[in-house]
Amino acid sequence: MVPLSWYILLSTVVFGIGVIGFIIRRNLIMIFLSIELMLNSVNISLAAFSHYLQSMTGQILVFFVITVAAAEAAIGLAIIIALYRHKPSITAEEVNLLKG
Amino acid sequence: MLILIPLLPFIAFLINILFGRRFIRDRAHYVSIPAVVGSFILSVGAFMDVLDGRVINVNLYEWVISGSFVVPVGFLIDQLTAIMLIVVTSISSLIFIYSVGYMHGDRGYYRFFAYLSLFVFSMLVLVMSNNFLLLYFGWEAVGLCSYLLIGFWYERPSASNAGKKAFIVNRFGDFGFGLGIILIFLTFGSLEYLKVFSEAGSILGQKTSIFGLEVETITLICLLLFCGAVGKSAQIPLHVWLPDAMEGPTPVSALIHAATMVTAGVFMVARCNPLFNLSHTAMTTVAVVGGVTAIFAASIGLVQNDIKRIIAYSTVSQLGYMFLALGVGAYTAGIFHLYTHAYFKALLFLGSGSVIHALHDEMNIQRMGGLKRYMPITYWTFVIASLSISGIPGLAGFFSKDEILYRTFLGGGTGKILWVLGTIAALMTAFYSFRLIYLAFHGDFRGSEEQLRHVHESPPVMTIPLILLAIGAIAAGWVGIPSIFMEHGDRIGEFLAPVLGRPEAEGAHSTEVMVMTLSVIVSIIGILMAYIMYVKKTDLPERMGSALRPIYTMLYNKYWFDEFYHVTIVRPVLRASEKVFLGFFDGRIIEGVVNGVPDLIGSFSQRFRRIQTGLLSSYGLIMVLGAIIIIWAVIFSR
Amino acid sequence: MNNALMNQLGYPVLTVTVFLPLFGAILLLFIRGKEAIRWITLLVTTLTLLVAFPLLSNFNKDTHLMQFVERHEWLPSWGINYFVGIDGISILFIFLTILLSILSVLVSWRAIDTKVREFHIAMLLMETAMLGVFVSLDFFLFYVFWEAMLIPMFILIGVWGGKDRVYAAIKFFLYTLAGSVLMLVGIVVLYFKGGETLNILELSRIRYPFLLQCWLFLAFFVAFAVKVPMFPVHTWLPDAHTEAPTAGSVILAGVLIKMGAYGFLRFSIPMFPDATRFFAPVIVVLSVVAIIYGALVCFAQKDMKRLIAYSSVSHMGFVTLGIFSLNSQGLEGGILQMLNHGIVTGALFLLVGIIYERTHSRMIADYGRFATLVPWYAGIFMIFTLASIGLPGTNGFIGEFLIILGAFTSHREFGVLAAIGIILGAGYMLWLYQRVFFTHQSTVVRDNHEILDLNKREAITLLPLILFVFWIGIHPNTFLDYMHTSVEHLIRQVNITDTPGTFAEYINLIGGYR
Repeated sequence: MVPLSWYILLSTVVFGIGVIGFIIRRNLIMIFLSIELMLNSVNISLAAFSHYLQSMTGQILVFFVITVAAAEAAIGLAIIIALYRHKPSITAEEVNLLKG
Repeated sequence: MLILIPLLPFIAFLINILFGRRFIRDRAHYVSIPAVVGSFILSVGAFMDVLDGRVINVNLYEWVISGSFVVPVGFLIDQLTAIMLIVVTSISSLIFIYSVGYMHGDRGYYRFFAYLSLFVFSMLVLVMSNNFLLLYFGWEAVGLCSYLLIGFWYERPSASNAGKKAFIVNRFGDFGFGLGIILIFLTFGSLEYLKVFSEAGSILGQKTSIFGLEVETITLICLLLFCGAVGKSAQIPLHVWLPDAMEGPTPVSALIHAATMVTAGVFMVARCNPLFNLSHTAMTTVAVVGGVTAIFAASIGLVQNDIKRIIAYSTVSQLGYMFLALGVGAYTAGIFHLYTHAYFKALLFLGSGSVIHALHDEMNIQRMGGLKRYMPITYWTFVIASLSISGIPGLAGFFSKDEILYRTFLGGGTGKILWVLGTIAALMTAFYSFRLIYLAFHGDFRGSEEQLRHVHESPPVMTIPLILLAIGAIAAGWVGIPSIFMEHGDRIGEFLAPVLGRPEAEGAHSTEVMVMTLSVIVSIIGILMAYIMYVKKTDLPERMGSALRPIYTMLYNKYWFDEFYHVTIVRPVLRASEKVFLGFFDGRIIEGVVNGVPDLIGSFSQRFRRIQTGLLSSYGLIMVLGAIIIIWAVIFSR
Repeated sequence: MNNALMNQLGYPVLTVTVFLPLFGAILLLFIRGKEAIRWITLLVTTLTLLVAFPLLSNFNKDTHLMQFVERHEWLPSWGINYFVGIDGISILFIFLTILLSILSVLVSWRAIDTKVREFHIAMLLMETAMLGVFVSLDFFLFYVFWEAMLIPMFILIGVWGGKDRVYAAIKFFLYTLAGSVLMLVGIVVLYFKGGETLNILELSRIRYPFLLQCWLFLAFFVAFAVKVPMFPVHTWLPDAHTEAPTAGSVILAGVLIKMGAYGFLRFSIPMFPDATRFFAPVIVVLSVVAIIYGALVCFAQKDMKRLIAYSSVSHMGFVTLGIFSLNSQGLEGGILQMLNHGIVTGALFLLVGIIYERTHSRMIADYGRFATLVPWYAGIFMIFTLASIGLPGTNGFIGEFLIILGAFTSHREFGVLAAIGIILGAGYMLWLYQRVFFTHQSTVVRDNHEILDLNKREAITLLPLILFVFWIGIHPNTFLDYMHTSVEHLIRQVNITDTPGTFAEYINLIGGYR
C-alpha cells in the first residue's frame, strides 16, 4: 500500500517540472507540454485523494480535467499551427502581439 | 376706426417690404403716402373726439396672461395722445412727401418707405397704448426702425456703426425702463395706465430694498422709467448716439431724430406725471438732467461744422429744455415745446437736407456759403425755423420756450439755477443757429467749382413741405399764447389740463414779462454775435478759437464722451471677452478640467501598459508568483 | 389613480406618434435611391405631425393630470411598465420636436450627399428617442429613450460633421454620459426608496427626507445641467454645434438641450421640492453667470456657429433662471423661452447652414455686405436676430420679459443682473449682423458673384419658424394657455412645505442644530 504522501510528492514534483518548464521553455510546443504536465499532476493528486477518501468525486473531476485538457490541446495546437503558417518559428518571444 | 390709425402705415410697410423689390420699386410712395395721410385724417378725427374732454380706452385682446400678470393690447386716446397723434401723423405726411424728392433714384427706395411706414406704425402704437408693456413694444419698435434707417446706407461702415450704436445705447436706457415696468407691475399689480395712475397715491412711503439699499418705491420707479427716457431722448449721459444717427438719410433725421421718436421720452414722462408728481427726487433729477443737457449740448453745437450734427446737438439741447419743463412740473410747457419743436426742427432738418441734396452730399458748413442766392425758398424757410428756435417773439418757439423758462424760474432755488442754465443755453442756441445760417447761406461759396455749377433749388415736392412746415414753425405756437397777452390764449394748456394738470405756482405778471424780455434780449444778442463773427469780422472765430484753445478742443471733441465710453465699456467688454472669458475661463479652466481628466487617465495607462510585455513566460511567472503568494497567505493567515 | 388619468382618444395616439419615425427608419432600410429616401423621410416626419394633431385638438387645458395615457406591463417583476402620457408642459415640446425634425430633413436635402440612407435613419431614430423622452412616465422607459438620443446624435456629429467632428462627437458623448450615469444612480436609489416602483407619477407623490432629496436632486442636477448646458459644464456645446451638420445643430439646439430643462420641470421640482427650494438660489446664481458669461464670450467669436452656440448658453441661462424663480411668470416664461430658443436658434443654425452651402465658410470675417447680395436671406436673418435679442413683437421678448419678471419677484438683484444679458445680447447679435451683412465686402464675397438668394425649399423651411416668431410674439396666449394649469400645479407641488423655505432659513436651521 503506497501512502498518500508519496502520491502527493509525485504530484508536486511533476507540477513543479511543469511550472518550471512553462516559465523557462521558449518553444510553444514545450510550453504546451508543460501545461499538460501540470494538469496531469493535478489528476494524480485527485485520483489519490479519491482513493484515500473513498469518494468518486475526485475521479469524476479527473475525467473533467482530461476532457478540458483534450479540448485545450486541440485548440492550442490549432492556434500554434495557424501561427506557424504566419511566422517561421514558434518561439514564444516572437508572439508578442499583445504587447501594450 | 381707431385701430386703423396705426394699422394703415403697417399695411403699407407689409406691402412695400414684401413686394417692393420685385414689383413696386420706385412707386413705393404711392403705397405709403396715402396710408400716412389716411392716418393723419383719422387722427384729426380722434382729436375732435377728445376735444370735449372725453377719454377713449379700448382693449383689443389680452396680450400676455401668466398667473396674475395680465396685459392687454389696448388703446387710450386722451388729450395728450391726441396732440401726439397730430404731431406724428402731420409731420410724417410732410416728410413722406419730401422724401419722394430727396430719395429719388435711390436703390433702396422701396425699403426706405417700408421702414418709414413701420416707424410711423410703431410710433403711433407707442403714443396710443393704454399700458406700459405696449408702450414698451412701441418704444423698442421705434428703436428698431431708427436702427434700420440710420444704417439705411449700410455700405458705409460709419452708417452701420451708428445704427448699431443707437440700438445698443438705447438698450442701456431700456434696461432701466424695463425694470421700471416690472417694478410697476409688482407694486400695482397691473400695467394699465388708468389703474396704475389711480392707485399711485396709495404707495407713497412704501420702500423697496435692492442691492442693500432702501429706496422709496415711487422714486425708484420714476428713476428707472426716466432711464428709458434718457436713452430714447438722448439726454446726458446717453446722448452719444443721436449725433451719430445723422448718418441716416435726412428725412429720417427730421422725422425720427428730431420731431417724433426722440420726443418719446418726453411723452412718456409726461404720460407718467401722476407717478413723477409723487417723487420730489425724481422730479429734481429730471429737471437737472434736462437743464444740464440743454446747455451742454448747445455748447457742443457752437463749434461743430457738420450741418446735420449742429442741428442734432440742437435737438439734444431742445429735448433738454423739454425735460427741464417736465422736471419743474410744467408738463404742459414740455409737451407744448415738443409740439412746436417738431415743426421747426423738422423744418431745419429738411432745409439742411435740401442743401445737402443741392451740393451732392456736402455736409461741412465751412465748405458752403452764399447759398441764399441759389436756393431762396430753402433759405427763407431755414431762417424762419432758426428765428423760431431762437425764440423771437411771435414765432412758435418763442411761446413754448418762454413758457418753459418762466415755469423754471418759478421753481424755487434749484429752479433759479436751472433758469440761468436755460437762458445761457438760449443764447447759445441763437448763436449756433445763426452761425449756421451765415456760414451756409451768406458770404461767398467755398466749395468746389463742380458743386457750384450744380447748385439748384430743390424741386417743389421738397420745397412745398418746407413751406408748410414753415407755416407750422410760425403759427404752431399761437395755441399757447400766455394770458398776459390774451385772455384764454393758452388753449393748449387748457386742452391738456385733464391729463397733465395745471402748474400750481402762478407768478406775478411782471415776473413773466421780465423773464420773457430777458430771454428775447439774450436771443438777439446771440444772433448779433453770430452776425459779427461770421459776417462782419470773419477772422474773429479763428482768433477766438486759438485764444480759447483748450475750451475749443473740448467742445470740438464733444467733451470726449465717445472716447470715455470706448475706454470704459467697449474695450473692456471686448478684451474681457477674448482674453479673460474665452481664453482663460473657457479655454484654460473649464476645458482644462474637461480635457485634463481623459489626459490623466491616458497618462496612467501609458505607464501601466509596460506591464503588458507580450511574453508568455513572464505572464506565467507572474501567475506562479501570484499563486504562491495566495497559497502563502491562505496558509499563514491562520 | 388610474381613473384620474385619461386617454380621451380611443387609440394609442402617443405610441403611434413616437414610433412612427422608428417605423420609417426600418422602412428606409429597404429603399434605394437618394431622392426616394429623402422623400420618404419627409413623408414620415410630416405624417408624424398629422398623427400628432389630435393631441392638440383633444387636449384638455383645465387639468394638470397626464392625458392620452397608455399603460402596459413590460417587466412586471421589476415594476417596469410601458407608461406614457403628456401634460401641458410636454405637449408643446412634442410639436417643437416634430416641427424641427421636418425642417431638418428639408435643410439636409442638398447638404447631405454621402451615406444618405444612414443619415436619414439616424434622424428618424433621433426623433423617436426625443419624442419618447417627452412622453415617458416610467423611469426605465425614460432612461432608455434618454440614452438612446445619444447614439444617433453621436453618429450625426461624428460622421457628417466638420473637421474636428470626432473630437466633438466624443466630447459630446462623454460629457452627457458622465451626467447621465449619476442620474441612473439616482433612479436606482429612487426605486428602492420609493417602494420599488419606477412610475414617475407615484414617485412624485412621495415625500422624501430632506437630506435624501438633496442628494437625489444633485444627482439629477448633474445630468440635466450638462444637457442644458449650464455654466460651467457648457463647453461641449460650442464644439458639438460647430462640428455638427446643420440638421444636427438644429436638433441639438432646438430639442436636445431642452431635455435638461424639461428634466428639471418633470423630475427635480415635483419630486424634490424641498431640495429645489434649497438649491434654487445656487441655480439662480449659476443661471445669471451663464447669461452674462455666455453673452460676453460671444463677443470674441470668429465662427458664426460658435457664436450662436455660445448665445445658446446665455439664452438657456434665462430658461433655468425662469424655472428656478419658482413662480408662475418665471416658469411659464422659462417654458416659453425653451420653445422660443428652439425656434430662433434652430432658425439661426438653419440660416448659417444655408449660407455655408454656398460659401463653404462659417468665419464671420469671410462675409460682409451680404445684404446687397442676398436681400431675402438678409431680411429673414434680421427677423431672427431681432427675435434672439428679444425685441417686443417677437417671441423672444415675451419669454425674456416673463422670466425677468419672475426672477425679479423672487430674487430681485438677479433679475436686474439678468437684464444686463439683454443689453449684451443686442451687442453681439447686431455686431454679428453688421459684420456679415453690412460694411465692407470680404474677398470671399467679391470672388463669388454666384451666391444665390434663398430658393423655394429653403424659404419653405424657414417660413413656419418666422410664423411662430410673430405668433408667439403677438399672441403668446395660444401657447401659454396650455401650460397654465400644469404650471400652477407645479408651483403647488414645490410649495408644499413643512420645513422652512429660503436659503437663509436653512442656514439658520443648520446653525440652530449646532
